[in-house]
Amino acid sequence: MTHPREQQWSVWMAAALEGDEVAYRLFLEAVTPHLRMLARRRLAAFGSDNQDHEDVVQEALLAIHLKRGTWDPRRQIGPWLSVILRNKIIDALRRRGHRVTVPIDDVVEVLADEQSGTPTDGQDISRMMENLKPVQQDIVRSISLEGFSVRDTAARLSMTENAVRVALHRALRSLAAIYRGGTR
Amino acid sequence: MMSDDDSSRGPTSGTDRLIEMLAKDAGAWHRFGTVLLKAVAIGVVMAAVVFIVLMNPRPDLEQVIRTARVLFKFIVTVPLAIAMIGLLDRIGRPAAPLGPWPWLLGGVGAVLVVGVGIELAMVPSSEWAASLIGTNARYCLMFIPLIAIGPLVCFIVALRQGMPAHPGLAGAAAGVASSAIAAAFYATHCPDDSPLFVATWYTLATCIVAICGYFAGRRFL
Repeated sequence: MTHPREQQWSVWMAAALEGDEVAYRLFLEAVTPHLRMLARRRLAAFGSDNQDHEDVVQEALLAIHLKRGTWDPRRQIGPWLSVILRNKIIDALRRRGHRVTVPIDDVVEVLADEQSGTPTDGQDISRMMENLKPVQQDIVRSISLEGFSVRDTAARLSMTENAVRVALHRALRSLAAIYRGGTR
Repeated sequence: MMSDDDSSRGPTSGTDRLIEMLAKDAGAWHRFGTVLLKAVAIGVVMAAVVFIVLMNPRPDLEQVIRTARVLFKFIVTVPLAIAMIGLLDRIGRPAAPLGPWPWLLGGVGAVLVVGVGIELAMVPSSEWAASLIGTNARYCLMFIPLIAIGPLVCFIVALRQGMPAHPGLAGAAAGVASSAIAAAFYATHCPDDSPLFVATWYTLATCIVAICGYFAGRRFL
């Protein structure tokens, strides 16, 4: 039996795949708290902080977005989401694995440092944006930070709408690649 | 650069911004099944081109195609290619059940075993070694992987649009699928029709391509 909540997600996602942007936003907004809860529960055992959870959530959202062609509307969406999130948690732990090999004194220092100020090594989207090309940065800032539509962004940057769409899509792919590489 | 108040907005603000971007990028996406079918089409064409450039179908193909031993080569290679392509479609999707494809794969294995059994029963044991070694074993090991390169590249590119759980295994599966396509082409050229030959050398060639696929998967998926 499918969870009624997941059934609603399936309906939204199926509509999104037909090009319904409103349904897609509803889907993303509904799924995010669920992903956050799962990420928190699974990562808690590894002593990770809120920023780590949020990184995994963002990475999973990007993967859901870029790989949404792999969801078959005839199948349940819950397991599909769970597997993508699990993959991203594994990736995150693997990346952390490299960092865990530092001596414990350093770790304590880093922890103290993180508590006192803003985390310096988080992969939050705004920090990762600095790795994008200037045009992509302008577009991403206009669309995500200032909330303009694709059409308005195109007008502001004197580009065609299509060019903005292409650049936005490339920017999202680059963000996913930056996550994968673990570079920042 | 970003304004300074970003970090004070709490951990979710970055995520909200990301959702904003994703929602506005709703247009550009590809159905994974369509991507894979395109890869099959382009891969088969590439295999055909390499095959035609390197060699030709044997001149007596039309006459011998009806003989059981020649037909056997296609009864093994073509369903193997179909089963592996079906499997790739499932491997590339998170949480997708494998469906009927492993059964078809088992069926192909059974056909191979039965074919070898019949051959062993019908051919006197003194000739086993000759039909096993055949005349073209080295060509087989060289040309099947050569023809398989094109399809393998196509499948790896297609799988990048998917999200295989085990990149190495997915690459190896892509290698077997490519090799099956290549073997079906090569079978029209190869004068060695004994199931003993097919079971030995075609399988070895497939292993070579599968190993290449494994490393390609580890590297690119």
